[in-house]
Amino acid sequence: MRTEIRFAGFGGQGIIRSGLILSMAACIYGDKNAVQTQSYGPESRGGSCRSEVVIADDEIDYPKVDDPDIVVLMSEEAHRKYMGLTKKGAVILVDPDMVTARENSEKNVYPVPASKIAKELGKAIIANVVMLGALTSITRIVTDEAMKKAVLRNVPKGTEELNLKALRKGFDYGKLLLKGRHRKEG
Amino acid sequence: MPEYLPPGTYFMQGNKALTEAAVTAGCRFFAGYPITPASEIAEHLATRLPQVGGVMVQMEDEIASLASVIGASWAGAKSMTATSGPGFSLMQENIGYAFMTETPCVIVDVQRAGPSTGQATKAGQGDVMQARWGTHGDFASIVLAPNSVQEMFDLTIRAFNLAEEYRTPVILLSDEITSHMREQITVPPVDQVVIRERVPPVDGEEFFGGALVPPMPSVGEGFNLAVTGSTHNESGIRFTADAKVHSTLVSRLVRKIEDAARKLMDCETYNVERCDVGFVSFGCTSRAVYEAVEMLEKQGINVGSVRLKTIWPFPEKCIHDLAEKARVVIVPEMNLKQIFYEVQRIVNGAAEVVPVNKIGGGEMVTPEELCFVAKESVEKL
Repeated sequence: MRTEIRFAGFGGQGIIRSGLILSMAACIYGDKNAVQTQSYGPESRGGSCRSEVVIADDEIDYPKVDDPDIVVLMSEEAHRKYMGLTKKGAVILVDPDMVTARENSEKNVYPVPASKIAKELGKAIIANVVMLGALTSITRIVTDEAMKKAVLRNVPKGTEELNLKALRKGFDYGKLLLKGRHRKEG
Repeated sequence: MPEYLPPGTYFMQGNKALTEAAVTAGCRFFAGYPITPASEIAEHLATRLPQVGGVMVQMEDEIASLASVIGASWAGAKSMTATSGPGFSLMQENIGYAFMTETPCVIVDVQRAGPSTGQATKAGQGDVMQARWGTHGDFASIVLAPNSVQEMFDLTIRAFNLAEEYRTPVILLSDEITSHMREQITVPPVDQVVIRERVPPVDGEEFFGGALVPPMPSVGEGFNLAVTGSTHNESGIRFTADAKVHSTLVSRLVRKIEDAARKLMDCETYNVERCDVGFVSFGCTSRAVYEAVEMLEKQGINVGSVRLKTIWPFPEKCIHDLAEKARVVIVPEMNLKQIFYEVQRIVNGAAEVVPVNKIGGGEMVTPEELCFVAKESVEKL
C-alpha cells in the first residue's frame, strides 16, 4: 500500500519541515517506509514551496508524488496550483485564512484554520504543527503518539510545550471536523 | 557528536549522508562555495570536520575551492569539494590540474537544470558529458552516480577509496532529487568499512611515473618534491617541449583509468539475460525505472534494466550484455540525450535505442511515461 502526501505553501511556513516530521512519524516512530522530497524556488522565504512524502509498507522505488492521496494547501498560490490537479477521492486540508477561493464542493476538503489557531497560541509559525495534528486525526496515516514524538524530535529546545499544545489543538480540530462530517452524513 | 556516526538506521537527507561518509572515509579538508543544491554538504562539514580534527573553508569561489582541495591533498589530507553545475564549470581547469598532477580528491557535483544559472533549485542530469570531457586536453575520469540516500553514503566511501587507489580526482555525480531526498539509510560500524589509505614512496622511488599508479609523497616529507600541471617526467621535472615525455605521461594517466574500466564498472542489472525491452538509467531517473519495471511485468512484458552506478569509464560490457537479448533499449535521462549516444555507440545496431528525455522544472521522468514508451516500442516489434 502506497500513500502519497503533498504539502504546499510558501517558504517560511515550515512546509518542508512538515514533510520531514510526517516521514519520521511514519518510519522512525511507526513501522512504515517513507521518502521525502521537496521543491522550492530560489527565494528562501515567500517563494512557493512544496514538500512531498511517500509512505508505504514495502520499499519505495519512485520517490516523487504525482497523484497525491492527501494534500495540505497553505497558500493562495498552492491552492490555485494544486486544487485542480488533485484527484476526487483525495483528502484535502486547506487553511481557509490563507486562501480566498471558494471551496470546491465536489472535493473532499477539510478547512483547518491552522494559522488562526497558531496566532491564538501566540506564534504564527507553528501553524504547520496544527495542520499536522489535524492531518493525523483525519487520515490516521500515523498514530498520535508517533506524530507527537516526531514533532518533539524536530522543534528547537524550549518550544516543546508550545508545539505540543499546537499539535493537540490540531488533533482536536481534526476530530471535530470528522464528527461534523459524520453527523452531516448521518 | 562522537567522531563517527554510530551504526544504525537513520532517516537522513542525501547530502548529509554524503558528509558522514566523507568523515568515515577519512576526509579531513573541505573547501567550497555555497550553491544550491549542494550547500548542505558544506554546512554539515562546517560542523563535522572540526569535531574530528579537520578543516572546512568557505573560499571566494569554486576555482579557489578546488585549488585549495588540491593543496590540502598534497599536504596529506583526504580532501573534497562540492558544488553544482555553475561551480562545476568553474572547476574544470583545476580538475585537469588534479588529473595531471595525480592528486587524489573527491569532487561532488549535485546536478541542477543548466546551462548557466538555469533553474537553480530544480534537478537535472545535464553534466554527464562535462564530467567526462569538461577539462581540456586528453583526460579520463572516474564518475560515480548514486540513486539513493544509502548510495550517497556508500559511493562517497568508494569515491575516496578510488581517488587514493588511482591517485586521481573522482567525481561523484549526484542530482537535486537524490541529494535533497530524505529516506532510510543503514550506517555500518566504522570498523566494517574498508578505507584505503595513501601509500608514501620509499627513497629513490619515482612518484610521477614508473608504476602505473605511482606512490605519492606529501609536501614537507622531502623527496625534492615539485608539483606542476606542466608536462613533467617521472621525478616531476618540467619538460614543456619534449614529445616523448608528454606522450609517456599523458598516455599513462589515461591508461591507468582505461585499463581499470572492468574493475571500475559497477552496474545494477535486472533480467538482462531474458528481456525483450531493457532500460539503461542512472541517478534519480533509475528510481522511476524500478517502478516502471514492476508495472510492465504485471502487464506481461519481459523487461530488464541496467543501472549505471559508475558512469565513466562507460560500462560497455553491461550495455553489450543487455543489447544481446533486448530488442529495444530505452534510455531515460533528465538531459537531452547525453547517455543515449553512448548507449547507441555500444549497442551499434543490435537493438533499437529509444531516448526518453525530460528537462526543466525538476520534473522526473515518470513510471507511467516509461511504461507508455515501452509498450509502444513492444507493439512496433
